[in-house]
Amino acid sequence: MAKITLSHLKHSYYPNPTKSEDWALKELNLEWDDGGAYALLGPSGCGKTTLLNIISGLLIPSHGNVIFDEEDVTDLPPEERHIAQVFQFPVVYDTMTVYDNLAFPLRNRGIDEETVKSRVTEIAEMTDLTAMLDRRASGLTADGKQKISLGRGLVRNDVNAILFDEPLTVIDPHLKFQLRSKLKELHQRIQNTMIYVTHDQTEALTFADKVVVMNVGEVVQIGTPEELFETPQHTFVGHFIGSPGMNVLPCEIKNGAAFLNGSKITTTNKAPKDIKKAEIGVRPEYVTFSDKGIDADIVKVSDAGRFNIVDTMCAGQSVKLLVQEGASIPTGSAKLAFAPNSTRIYSDGWLVGEGGAK
Amino acid sequence: MNKTVNQKAWFFVLPVLLLVAFNAIVPLMTVVNYSVQETFGDNVFFWSGISWFEQVLKSSRFHEALGRQLFFTFTILAIEVPLGVIIALAMPRKGPWVSVCLVLMAMPLLIPWNVVGAMWNIFGLPEIGLLGKTLNTLGFDYNYTRQPGAAWFTLILMDVWHWTSLVVLLAYAGLVSIPDAYYQAAKIDGASSWSIFRYIQLPKMKRVLTIAILLRFMDSFNIYTEPSVLTGGGPGNSTTLLSIDLVKIALGQFDLGPAAAMSLIYFLVILLMSWIFYTVMTRNEDQ
Repeated sequence: MAKITLSHLKHSYYPNPTKSEDWALKELNLEWDDGGAYALLGPSGCGKTTLLNIISGLLIPSHGNVIFDEEDVTDLPPEERHIAQVFQFPVVYDTMTVYDNLAFPLRNRGIDEETVKSRVTEIAEMTDLTAMLDRRASGLTADGKQKISLGRGLVRNDVNAILFDEPLTVIDPHLKFQLRSKLKELHQRIQNTMIYVTHDQTEALTFADKVVVMNVGEVVQIGTPEELFETPQHTFVGHFIGSPGMNVLPCEIKNGAAFLNGSKITTTNKAPKDIKKAEIGVRPEYVTFSDKGIDADIVKVSDAGRFNIVDTMCAGQSVKLLVQEGASIPTGSAKLAFAPNSTRIYSDGWLVGEGGAK
Repeated sequence: MNKTVNQKAWFFVLPVLLLVAFNAIVPLMTVVNYSVQETFGDNVFFWSGISWFEQVLKSSRFHEALGRQLFFTFTILAIEVPLGVIIALAMPRKGPWVSVCLVLMAMPLLIPWNVVGAMWNIFGLPEIGLLGKTLNTLGFDYNYTRQPGAAWFTLILMDVWHWTSLVVLLAYAGLVSIPDAYYQAAKIDGASSWSIFRYIQLPKMKRVLTIAILLRFMDSFNIYTEPSVLTGGGPGNSTTLLSIDLVKIALGQFDLGPAAAMSLIYFLVILLMSWIFYTVMTRNEDQ
């Protein structure tokens, strides 16, 4: 187990990167505590798998260092880094039994059969594989195979961190939940550092204590699920997390205050003088119908179970709001109010003023 | 689901049926017909029962040809399959050299079979052929037209040269279809390159190798053109394989009955051995 530090890390798949688009991963500094559960969240192609492969040692970064505890492991191959990785598609050794699969990493390291047996038995019990130990691994279902992949990581006791690369992609929806709770449970039991890569916000938010949100090769925000929801540092985070995502509305700025279609919007932060591309962000949860406020036309109401999602058009822009099931929804035109504590001004995508990261 | 019954659909099967009938069933039945009759010409036939089969099965000539055939087939399989896998493993998986290697590998397969035989015939001649002349200059007494050993050496070398590529191409196709994650997982698990080969590459190549072995088995068991051009079955009868012998009986001696009986036995041997190969190699598939 180890603390993982990434210092001035960047990576490009081109030999001579010039443009900013050439970088698959832009410069980042990160520290992950020993024993934490972390998630890397972002859309496809945002660099999260690149980052994961750099940590596991499958990829050597163009710049910067990877440090486990105090040791610089940047140039070490994967087998010397003592990490385990679970891949998107289950990797099992088809011709071996489940037992031999789990024993494989230990046997490769020359560990005696007695220790192998006790470790495999213990891990099989943890991952609910005991009943299948004598079966051929190729005959298992996708979730069983993923458990084997995970088990092969858990079986070694020299593991610094366990990395997951979208491990639930090929799992049936009803088993996803089970496997996710299993992971959470295992994390609490063995207290190993776990890093989980996914593009699914539910997976990331339920699994991790801290989520790293990435977009186009850049870390946008690091925070607890609550922080990501309540105070998005970037409109991307607001949009990517939450369903539906945050409303992002271009606005005018006068004396540090935001105006939408002529009416003043109360926000938690003040706009600086050098603001670029001013926008206000407010989550649909914090938009309500009110007697006075901004004029809007109701376009569509969709039932999402406990909530109704109401689409409105407000000065040519779409604003969504969540209305509790059963609450009355006006028809035609209405007035909208934004909760002041949860309405913020963004400059060029980034949150400005107090609490703003950049 | 309800199936639609439509008798007109038979018309769509008809062309294939006709094709198969004329190029497989009808000739095969003609052979069956010859194999149970005796003729002295003039299209007059007499029923002869299974006597031709008995004659063929008891003849030492057939036994010897079958023995030579089995020796040839198993020797080339024992060389071509491992060699093909080794070459496939050594080929690059990415980059500009991939296509160069593939084209190079496909080359021998594109050469007409009788040209292959003619090439090696000249290549091996002791006085003027590159191979023959070189071997003799190096002090080896090599003359494939006179020494059975040299004839076999040339025959097997020719087949290895001609057909290893097929195994290479199939094995390579199996190799490139293995996702990177397998290699990455193996790296993380600390697997040696032997373990990677034994537990990842070989199991993933199993299906294509089954096909490669079957194809090579059937083709080599049927081989006619190349050895007939290279050695013509000689010196003596030393390289007379089943097919060469069959042609000698059917077209040389014009013994239609024994030739037909032999054809059928030959066919059944190939069918039986292919079935055994296939069953053995796919036995543990669905466990």
